[in-house]
Amino acid sequence: MKSQNRRSFLKASTAIAAAAGLTPATANAGPKNILSPNRMGVLVDTTVCIGCRNCEWACKTAHGLDTPPLETYEDKTPFDQMRRPDTTALTVVNRYENPENPELPTTVKVQCMHCDHPACVSACIVGAISKQADGAVIWDTDKCIGCRYCMVACPFQIPAFEYNKAIGPRIMKCDFCTERRGEGKLPACVESCPVEALTFGPREDLVRIAKDRVRHAPERYVDHIYGEYEVGGTSWCYLAGTEFDKLQFPKLGVNPAPGVSESIQHGIFAYFVPPVSLYALLGAVMWTSRQRGDEEEEHS
Amino acid sequence: MSGYMRSQPVTTRKFLTPGVMVLLLLAANGLFWLGGRFLFGIGAVTHLNNQYPWGIWIGIDVAAGVALAAGGFTTAALGHVMHREQYHAVVRPALLTALLGYTMVAVGVSIDIGRYYYIWHPLIMWNGSSALFEVGICVMIYMTVLYIEFLPVVTERFIGRVNLPGPLARFNELIDKLLRLLDRTLDRTMFVFIIAGVVLSTLHQSSLGTLMVIAGPKMHPLWQTPISPLLFLLSAVSVGFPMVIFESLLASRSFGLKPEMHILGRMGRMVAPLLGIYLAFKLGDLFIRETFVYLKTVTTASVMYIIELLFGVIVPMRMFMSPTVQKSPPLLFTAATLVVGGVLLNRLDTFVVAYTPPYTYGPYFPSFGEISVTVGFISILVLLYRAAVIIFPVISLPDRRLSPQSKYSVRG
Repeated sequence: MKSQNRRSFLKASTAIAAAAGLTPATANAGPKNILSPNRMGVLVDTTVCIGCRNCEWACKTAHGLDTPPLETYEDKTPFDQMRRPDTTALTVVNRYENPENPELPTTVKVQCMHCDHPACVSACIVGAISKQADGAVIWDTDKCIGCRYCMVACPFQIPAFEYNKAIGPRIMKCDFCTERRGEGKLPACVESCPVEALTFGPREDLVRIAKDRVRHAPERYVDHIYGEYEVGGTSWCYLAGTEFDKLQFPKLGVNPAPGVSESIQHGIFAYFVPPVSLYALLGAVMWTSRQRGDEEEEHS
Repeated sequence: MSGYMRSQPVTTRKFLTPGVMVLLLLAANGLFWLGGRFLFGIGAVTHLNNQYPWGIWIGIDVAAGVALAAGGFTTAALGHVMHREQYHAVVRPALLTALLGYTMVAVGVSIDIGRYYYIWHPLIMWNGSSALFEVGICVMIYMTVLYIEFLPVVTERFIGRVNLPGPLARFNELIDKLLRLLDRTLDRTMFVFIIAGVVLSTLHQSSLGTLMVIAGPKMHPLWQTPISPLLFLLSAVSVGFPMVIFESLLASRSFGLKPEMHILGRMGRMVAPLLGIYLAFKLGDLFIRETFVYLKTVTTASVMYIIELLFGVIVPMRMFMSPTVQKSPPLLFTAATLVVGGVLLNRLDTFVVAYTPPYTYGPYFPSFGEISVTVGFISILVLLYRAAVIIFPVISLPDRRLSPQSKYSVRG
C-alpha cells in the first residue's frame, strides 16, 4: 500500500516536471540581441591618428557634456597619463611610445566597442542595455537600477557611473551617436576627425577595407584587426602598427564574453526542469521521512 | 525529555547591557554615513569608482550575508524535510537568523544600487540571461517565504493574548479569530513553503557564484572558475550548521542560558563531511585548472586564498572531527567561527580581492564610511535578533509549566 502511494507520488512529480518543461520558457526573456548583417561600425586606424583629440571635443559637444573650448585641446599634457572614458568624457585618446619612430608616437582613441555579443547586455538585471540592429549598444535610463553589474561584466571596462549623484545617477558610455545618426548625421567623432582615422560604415565593409589596407601596406600594420574576432566580434575595429597589447588593448579570446555565464545560467534553469525536479525530490523525501517518523511513533 | 523544552520568549534582566550600548553606537555611526550616501551619492561615502564598481557592500553585506544566512535552509532541510525531530530546537533560531540576514541583504542591495527607488524593476523587467536577475528574484521570493515560515511564531505569541489598548480592544476577539485561522491554514500548507525555501536557496546560493563568471579575465584565476556556482552552493551548505552553532552559543552566553550542546555537538558531527566535499571540489578545481601555480608567489591573492582554505576549511574540518571539540562549547565555538570566517572571506575574495581589472588608478580599499555602514548593519542585525528572541518564542528553554500542552511542543 505504502509503496503504491510512493510510486504514484513520484509519477505525479514527474508529470509536474514534464509539464513545466513544456510551458513556454520565460528564461530567455530579456533584451533582444539583433545582429543585422547591415550593422554599422567604425574602423579606427591608429597609424593615421595624429592625437589632435578633436573627437573628444566633438563627443562632449554632441552629448551635452561640459566642454572646454577647442583651442585648449592643443595642450598635450593629458597624454602624460593613461586616461579612461568616464562620466565627463565618453571617449578619450591615449598616447603610447613608438619604439620604431620616437618622433611619431601612437595615439589610440578609446570608447565602447559595441560588441556583437555584449557582456553588459547579458548581465544587466533589468535588460536596460540592448544591442540595436544598427550595431549600437545603448542604455535605457527608464529601466536602469544603477547596480553597476554591466561595469563588472564589460571586458573593455567601458561603462561609467555617476557616483556623485544622489538621485538618478546614470550609466554613461558611448552610444554610437544613435540620436545624430537618426538625423542622418555621422557619429560626432567620425565627423570631426581631420585625418579620417575613423571610418564609419557597415561592419562587413570595414573589415574588408581593413584587410585591404593590411595587404597593401604590410610594413605599416600588424596583421591583426582588433575587434574582428575578439569576444565574438565588435562593431568598432582597430588597425595598428604595433602589437595591440603594447597599446593596452586587453588580450581577449574569440568566444563571446557572456558565453560561460549564460550557459551556466541556462543549464541551471533549462526550462525550470532542475528546480522543479529538486522540489519534487524534496517533497518525496519529506513525505517518506514523515511516514517513517509516524510509523516509529506507532511502534513505540 | 524533549517535552520539558519548548520555544519561548527569553526573559532577561535588562535590554540595555554595555554590549548593547556599543552596538547602538556602531549602528548610529553606520546610519550617519548611510545618510551621507543618500544625500550626496555613493561616491561621497565609498571608495568605489569606475574601475571598481563593487566593494564590500556587495562582497560582505550581500554575498557573505546570503551565505551566512544558509543556516535557515540547511536546518529546515534537516528538521522538516528529513524530519529529524531532535533538531527542532534550533530550527527557529536558524530561521530567525536567515530572516534577519536576508532582510539585511535586501537593505544592503538597495543602498548599493544607484537608483534604490527602482529596486522593484526586476519584478517586471526580466532578463533571463542575467545571473544577477536570478539572484534578485530568488532572494525576493525566498525572503517572502522566510517571513511566511516565521508567521507561526508570531501567531503562537499572540493567540489568546491579543490585548489592544483603549477603543481598539473591541477588535481583540476578531483579531484572535483571524490569527487562529491563519495559524490553521499555515499549519496545513507550511510544507509547500518549506520545500520552496530549500529549492530557492540552492538556486540563488549557486547563482551568486555565477555572478563573477562574466567578469572573465578581470578576475584572478584562483577564483575564476566555471564551477564557481557549485563551490558557492557547497560552501553555503557547509556553513549552515556552523552558523547555527556560532549563533546559538553566542545567544546562550549572552542570555546566560545553558548551551544546547547535545544538539549542537551532534550537528557539529555533520560539518566535517560537508566541508570535506567542499574542500575536494576546491582542490580538484585548483589542480585541474592548474591554478596552483599562482600560489607559488606571495601576493595578496595567494595569501588570501591560503588563509581561506587553511583556516576556513582544513583546520575547522579537523576540529569538527574530534569528539573533544564536539563536547566542548569553547572549542566548538572556535571551529564554527573559523568556518563562518572562512566563508565570509571566500565571498569577499571572490567579489573584491579577485576583481583585478586591467585599467586602474590604484587598488580599491573600502573607505571608513563603507566599513561603518557594514558594521552598522551587522550591529542592527544583532540588536534585532536580541529583541526578537525577547519578544517571540524562538529559543528553546526549559518549560516552567512542565506540561507539553502546546501543539508546538515536540512530538515523540
